[in-house]
Amino acid sequence: MEWRDEGIILGLRKHGETSVIAEVMTRGHGRHMGIVKGGRSRRWQPVLQPGNSVSLVWRARLDEHLGQYQVEPTESRAGRLMESAVGVHGVQAMAALLRLLPERDPHPRLHDAFAIILDSLDEPDQAGAMYVRFELAVLEDLGFGLDLTRCAATGDARDLVYVSPKSGRAVSAGAGEPWADKLLGLPGFLATRTDPCANASDLREAFRLTGYFLDRNVFEPRGVPRPVARSGFESALERLLDEPGTVIAGQGG
Amino acid sequence: MAKKVTGPEIERLIQLLARVPGLGPRSARRAALHMIKKKEQLLGPLAAAMSEANDRVGLCSTCGNADTSDPCTICSDPTRDQSVIIVVEDVSDLWALERAAAMNAAYHVLGGTLSPLDGVGPEDLAISQLVDRVSAGGVRELLIAVNATVEGQTTAHYIIDQLGDFDVRITRLAHGVPVGGELDYLDEGTLAAAIRSRTSF
Repeated sequence: MEWRDEGIILGLRKHGETSVIAEVMTRGHGRHMGIVKGGRSRRWQPVLQPGNSVSLVWRARLDEHLGQYQVEPTESRAGRLMESAVGVHGVQAMAALLRLLPERDPHPRLHDAFAIILDSLDEPDQAGAMYVRFELAVLEDLGFGLDLTRCAATGDARDLVYVSPKSGRAVSAGAGEPWADKLLGLPGFLATRTDPCANASDLREAFRLTGYFLDRNVFEPRGVPRPVARSGFESALERLLDEPGTVIAGQGG
Repeated sequence: MAKKVTGPEIERLIQLLARVPGLGPRSARRAALHMIKKKEQLLGPLAAAMSEANDRVGLCSTCGNADTSDPCTICSDPTRDQSVIIVVEDVSDLWALERAAAMNAAYHVLGGTLSPLDGVGPEDLAISQLVDRVSAGGVRELLIAVNATVEGQTTAHYIIDQLGDFDVRITRLAHGVPVGGELDYLDEGTLAAAIRSRTSF
């Protein structure tokens, strides 16, 4: 068996004294593992860092084998990501989300989104909102997508300010008012894709929203805790947003 | 099937030696044979030294260093500046920094880095002990000397988050061109980090 693909390194595990097992989010083969011989050498360690894009050749005798990777670097992001808390927590938080997907199941949309967000992580004014949308996309690919386009009660697409914790569907201000204390808040930048806003409180609300559905539908049923990197990423963003003059995700002037 | 050429004691010695990093079955066999040949000068003293080390070695309850006393030699050294703590991933990193002899400070060994793939979380590392050490007072600077890997730096930022409420100067090792490094052979990430961390002559 042999295939070629592009991918982004998610993580590494030591294998013997000189090799590593690389976990890579490939574009056409999903989250895929493989041995990199000599991966612990000085030459390969800088290449085999989470967040770096690589070109891969995977070979194995049988499809179900772990197989061996031949790796070529295509884009080195790790050095830049390591410079900031947003960078390292961001890449680890997204890698943790991608680990929720079954192995060898292609998700090209998530691969592409992962690459775009990684390139934007050193611009915190974009990173937060993109990350939240990434969480929504992961939920959708896992079969727990939220419907934030129309009100669950009236079918209206305007004035959506709540999300039902039960159904995961948006609720308009008027229809949701009697149950406001039981509903989750829907930040404006998620309600309408054209809404050019995501201030600090919107982002906090968005993290609360996706965190609730990730906990309920994914982490709790699997018996795994929320990734530490997610809260690290959220607080790193908050610190940046608390600085005066900092805006995020296309905030209108 | 190959016939056995040695007794079970020697086979066991070879098997155990083969587990040592850097040794495989062949080199373990060579090492075992060498020790057997030099039984008086090597095998006996080595066995005694290993037995003694096994009886006495342990981890320092203050910093996590491996030593035969608790607190360890570094923590009980009055000439060291105990107000500066160098945070390292592993005892091998502590030994490497001591070889460099660049700082006469105390240490704190984390015991690894946060690694989601290996299931290593904050509770598996000596981070709470580090927070306790800092909260006890008397710490002026914390030099986070973890590896320049994404996992190492994630751990560093996690520690910084935990120590946000303390009045301690937190520093880290510089990233960039190693001594003897040729620019042409360095990866783009290292070069970019070196340029970003440039200093005035």
